[in-house]
Amino acid sequence: MRVLRGAKNMHEYSLTKQIVKIVNNAALSNNAKKVNSVNVVMGESAGIIPDSVQLYFDMIAQGTPAEGTKLSVRIVKTQMHCPACGRNFTRPRFSFECPDCGTLGNPTGIGSEFYVESVELET
Amino acid sequence: MESIYSENDRIADSIQQKLAGRGIYAVNVMGAPGAGKTSCLINIIKGLGSIKAYVIEGDIESDIDTVKLSELGIQTVQINTGGECHLDGTLIENTLGKVDFDKPGILFIENIGNLVCPAEFSIGENIKMLVSTVTEGSDKPYKYPLAFEKAAIILLNKTDLLPYVDFDFDYFSKGIRALNPDAPIFRVSSKTGEGFEEVCKWFKAKL
Repeated sequence: MRVLRGAKNMHEYSLTKQIVKIVNNAALSNNAKKVNSVNVVMGESAGIIPDSVQLYFDMIAQGTPAEGTKLSVRIVKTQMHCPACGRNFTRPRFSFECPDCGTLGNPTGIGSEFYVESVELET
Repeated sequence: MESIYSENDRIADSIQQKLAGRGIYAVNVMGAPGAGKTSCLINIIKGLGSIKAYVIEGDIESDIDTVKLSELGIQTVQINTGGECHLDGTLIENTLGKVDFDKPGILFIENIGNLVCPAEFSIGENIKMLVSTVTEGSDKPYKYPLAFEKAAIILLNKTDLLPYVDFDFDYFSKGIRALNPDAPIFRVSSKTGEGFEEVCKWFKAKL
């Protein structure tokens, strides 16, 4: 598949390259016959577009042990902490406000993740 | 479980150690295009006086800022990404060898003009500095929360233009405080030089 002009400069391209690297390292170090799937966790606030990741994954994985691997993405909703209510809330779209009291929430880090949770190999 | 950023973070840690070993305090300078990152750096470096300053200048294209800084006698090295929207650990690692760190001081790494991606990548810095402006609108902390969350110091630039724009400082700072309880917000004008004495005092206390 031809790489789209300028695609290499897209944010998700370089990040997806890392995912493929992680998958291939796992396959090689475990002498895997095949990579069945890779499970990625992506926070809502991580600023990554899952469809772009899938697109680049298929391109970059060609000719490597990761080729043809199914990419599974689990999205984590962003949680903020309300200093007034003392609890976390799921961040509403385009807002930091606690849905119960309207106070601006503080970041918790939940929803900012981007990691490979597991790689399923056939050894 | 492996973070996608783990390799970049490993490189960033290695850069941090190399710089610390030479007595260099590194600042990752972020801000939207045209916010005045370079102009603020010129004001800060002048105000730091005898403290040695180095600059790594990141742009997609061109060396306009490097030429400007070099003409002022500031030791500057240019990185052109050709398209990548942010600097990363690998780019900085490959550039360190081009900087002659002949004495301890402060390294400013001016990131690509972008309020989004630079906040996500460590490049070996001690702190991130964000240059925001009164001309971008008071809602930037709400629209670009990560940049404001990660900054250790925030400059609110172009205050000389306040009479000509609608800027609600209370709304702006309220958004920042929700995300970031600690970062000081310094109101400055890189055109008039106003406000930089306090900024330089803050940096001197860090060194």
